[in-house]
Amino acid sequence: MLRIECPFCGLRNHNEFTYLEDGSGEMPALDNIDGEAWYEAVFLRDNPRGMHIEDWHHTQGCRMVLRVSRNTLTHQILSVVPSHPDYKEMFSDSAKSANSAPKSAKARLPRPKSAKSKSAKDGRG
Amino acid sequence: MGAYRLKKGGRINRDKEVFFRFNGRRLKGFEGDTIASALLANNVRQVGRSFKYHRLRGVMSAGPEEGGALFNVNDGAMRIANVKGTMAELRDDMQVYAQNAFPSLAFDIGAVNGLFAPFLTAGFYYKTFMGPARTTAFWMFCEKFIRKAAGLGKASRLPDPDSYDIAYKFCDVLVVGAGPTGLLAAAELAEQGQKVVLVEQDFEVGGSLLSGGRTEEITLRDTLLKRFEKAGGQVMLRATAFGLYDGLVTGVLERCSDHQSAPEPYSPREISHIIHPQHVVLATGACERGFAFGNNDRPGVMLAGALRSYACRYGVMAGRSAVIATCHDGTYDDAIMLASLGMEITLIDARNKPSRYAKKAQAAGINVLAGKVPVNVAGVKSVAALEIADIDEAGEIKENTTIIGCDVVGVSGGYSPVIHLPSHRGIKPRWEASINAFVAGKTPENIHIIGSADGIFDHQACLDNAFQITQKIKGQKTGVKLRRRVPGGMRALFEVQIKGRKLKSFIDPQHDVTSEDVRQAHREGFVSVEHMKRYTTLGMATDQGRVGNVLGLAVMAQAQGLAVGTTGVTTFRPPYTPVSIGALAARERGRHWRPTRRTPMHHMHLAAGAVMTDAGAWKRAWYYPREDEGIDEAYVREAATTRQNVAMVDVSTLGKIAVQGPDATEFLNRIYVNPFAKLAIGKARYGIMLRDDGMVLDDGTTWRLAEDDYFMTTTTAQAGPVMLFLEELLQRRWTDLRVHVTSVTDQWAGMAVAGPYAREVLEAEFPQLNWSDEAFPFMGVVEVTHRLGQHDITCRIARISFSGERAFEIYVPSDSGAQIWSALADRINEAGGCLYGMEALGALRIEKGHVTAAELDGRVTLEDAGFGRMASKTKPFIGSVLRQRSSLQDERRPQLVGIFPKDRTKKFSAGAILCTPEAVSGFGEGWVTAVTHSPALGHWIGLGFVAGGAQAWQGKTIIVADPVRDNFVEAEIVSPHMFDAKGDRQHG
Repeated sequence: MLRIECPFCGLRNHNEFTYLEDGSGEMPALDNIDGEAWYEAVFLRDNPRGMHIEDWHHTQGCRMVLRVSRNTLTHQILSVVPSHPDYKEMFSDSAKSANSAPKSAKARLPRPKSAKSKSAKDGRG
Repeated sequence: MGAYRLKKGGRINRDKEVFFRFNGRRLKGFEGDTIASALLANNVRQVGRSFKYHRLRGVMSAGPEEGGALFNVNDGAMRIANVKGTMAELRDDMQVYAQNAFPSLAFDIGAVNGLFAPFLTAGFYYKTFMGPARTTAFWMFCEKFIRKAAGLGKASRLPDPDSYDIAYKFCDVLVVGAGPTGLLAAAELAEQGQKVVLVEQDFEVGGSLLSGGRTEEITLRDTLLKRFEKAGGQVMLRATAFGLYDGLVTGVLERCSDHQSAPEPYSPREISHIIHPQHVVLATGACERGFAFGNNDRPGVMLAGALRSYACRYGVMAGRSAVIATCHDGTYDDAIMLASLGMEITLIDARNKPSRYAKKAQAAGINVLAGKVPVNVAGVKSVAALEIADIDEAGEIKENTTIIGCDVVGVSGGYSPVIHLPSHRGIKPRWEASINAFVAGKTPENIHIIGSADGIFDHQACLDNAFQITQKIKGQKTGVKLRRRVPGGMRALFEVQIKGRKLKSFIDPQHDVTSEDVRQAHREGFVSVEHMKRYTTLGMATDQGRVGNVLGLAVMAQAQGLAVGTTGVTTFRPPYTPVSIGALAARERGRHWRPTRRTPMHHMHLAAGAVMTDAGAWKRAWYYPREDEGIDEAYVREAATTRQNVAMVDVSTLGKIAVQGPDATEFLNRIYVNPFAKLAIGKARYGIMLRDDGMVLDDGTTWRLAEDDYFMTTTTAQAGPVMLFLEELLQRRWTDLRVHVTSVTDQWAGMAVAGPYAREVLEAEFPQLNWSDEAFPFMGVVEVTHRLGQHDITCRIARISFSGERAFEIYVPSDSGAQIWSALADRINEAGGCLYGMEALGALRIEKGHVTAAELDGRVTLEDAGFGRMASKTKPFIGSVLRQRSSLQDERRPQLVGIFPKDRTKKFSAGAILCTPEAVSGFGEGWVTAVTHSPALGHWIGLGFVAGGAQAWQGKTIIVADPVRDNFVEAEIVSPHMFDAKGDRQHG
């Protein structure tokens, strides 16, 4: 059994995680229409004997996608970090305040008034 | 003649008699006996029959290496097969049966196989049942006879009534094996302050100390155990470390109740412990091995060390007069101890130079003969005499033999370190010539092999080694390198062969593999040891080749003209000893295999008389029978009521995901094939998502509740994968998007009210809403707070139709699901409507050609499912590039169609193959995914995929072929939208 040190949850058994895919490559940008590039990224993956960069999902934990450096020969795990490319920023204190979403005027779908007064007139407009 | 119990001595409790039955015969043993020791004490020499030739088998060893004393234990559902009599503790009323003997142990029909032995040699199956002339049919004819004849124990076919458990454990050091080395290491480590767990497969701590027969050994055992326990160490008895896995995780099987006559009710029979240590210390000891000579499988031929174990630990003498054959000094001590207990012994030593212990042995009354080897055992039912011959310095064995009468033969060909666990970690064994055995290769820093497990066979050296390792774990360097050696040296002896004599020499007694089988494998070209193993089945029985492996490799090396140890070694794989499947599954069986998911309205369905069905982990209402309705009547009525009046179904199982954030719109626009950029607040849209490779992932509706707040539904089956995919996209690929996704499947209960009178029913319940087509059009969404009793309930309602009728899906917080359901069900009943289940839901959607998981099976493109035109041409989306691959755009691909039987009275089944009338064979032109009897159309209809789609098959006949049920129906291919193709009913 592998044990994976989740940066958010700590050392956990691998059966809490879901293996996603080879994490070494990048997917083409969504608007990239080069079929070859997509074909390469989706179907042509290396299966190395030795160190491998993998993406795992902590499905029964924090549900974060984690980048795991694992030796496929010895199963030794060298590092586990969030797959998010900006994870270093996310972990630093200064980033936390800058990350809050801008407030926009929120339009919500029209809600009929509470049905506390259950008169037929309410909500018919 | 024969075996008997000593008047005193041994570690058995003579005050506590234990009565058990062997093949129905009532026998007496004592507490502390194993099955094997108790049988020997009763002079039961023949305990079973062998795997292939049905030769009589006796007790051969006193440990897990046993290849003879294997039993079926218990009756009925509790029956356990292949129980090692040498390991299993005796208990009261134990029912023990010999294996592979029919009709009885003494008279066995299968023993006739022995006469055919020349034909049943290595590779018999391959040669007899493969090749052009011998077909599978011939194998199938012969199989049942062969299977009946060959075999070990018989597993019970009844469900296992016992309970099992899995437990997790964490410690600093795990010590495997509680012999002197392991005990000392464990005690030292515990006194260092380490958290130590000591596992021992036996029911007593002590290992070889228990079998020595000397009080100072028992004193050492008691002292070390006391030290260990005082220092806070934990001992696990009857616990076998069966596998060493990645990250040092160790699987340990603890046998909790097999030794108890009346176990506590509900207590587990076995627990598999998953132990996470920082260091593993393997003090697993060494296993004595014999060597091959004629008829060395006869009852009465035993390992020399086992003779001593039975005498000293159990007070059982396995015979009165013994010939003990050895090739090293270690056996002399065994023989001297046995002689002191009254055994008449001739000790034959394969070495020509007399041993330094020879004088001492002679003084003990032992007849010591140097330069002699055993050749052949005389006696059929058990040992009667042993034929011996001279061996010269060069190793040549003379043809002249002499015969010595005896009733038991002890053999020792040396000791093989038990290195199974390191082998599990891929550590290759290495031949160590100084001890004529394999030792483990270089181990990682946190795996330590000590004592005789590492080929150190001197008692004091083992203890030094144990001390060394404890210092090493503490972080202190120790200088002394201990020598692996057999004290006094040994002569490598693996097989005794005599020119001109054909001996039946077994190297794997449990699988009936002889040395001749190995040579035959060599002659037939099996060079690799792994191939030889599979061809001869050497070492593939339940003892995993503990005794036979080295012998087989040696015979093979000799046949190849190579030095022993250069042929390589087969890999030991977990488990070390057999593990019950039950212990691995533990509590995860039956309904505990996975969680049962119930909707918030589950009890309402039961109250309404629903028959439930499984949909993945979910329990769903299948149909609601009335009076004596069966499923066919019930679902047709429910579907018809939906079309004609009004009905309600529980859709809580659909996946629900809250997609929220300033960029939620952009996110949805990227994952759905159809445009989502302009979905108005208060509207829902049906969407399809693809995988990166262009295949359909899922479909469902997504509702826009606010500028930055969407409510997405997925299919029941794909809820998990979709959620995971969305998270992955946001965390890996589109980290610029400010979107949060949350699974809210369990937070919302869902129900669909469908039918021409759905609106009237809902209007009565929700009078505060405007239900007109203008105010609440198809795909409209409203959120309303609804007062019911004392509760204000938030309801999300959308006008969505899966049934094809005018229909509304209502989602409410799970806690209020049953309350709203109940209120609506009452109104529906009053209106003459009904509840409908999965079967009617299926019928309605098939009529409409709406797809589900049966159609969207991961191999289907948008075009295949008839959604080609939904795909946006102006925006990129997941899968938009790879779906354009030419083979996916091929018009001849199977496409979604409807299927009508030509003769409208005919019925057909899902899973059938669609074929042209000319070629009802092969893979056909397509397949049927779903069928139903359509209440609206009045006959059976189906959905399926067929090459080229409905257009290509217009006016043509197709055969729905179901060869398994022998049903072939002529059919016509129609549009998948078989009812109300224009959708007037859901819009109007």
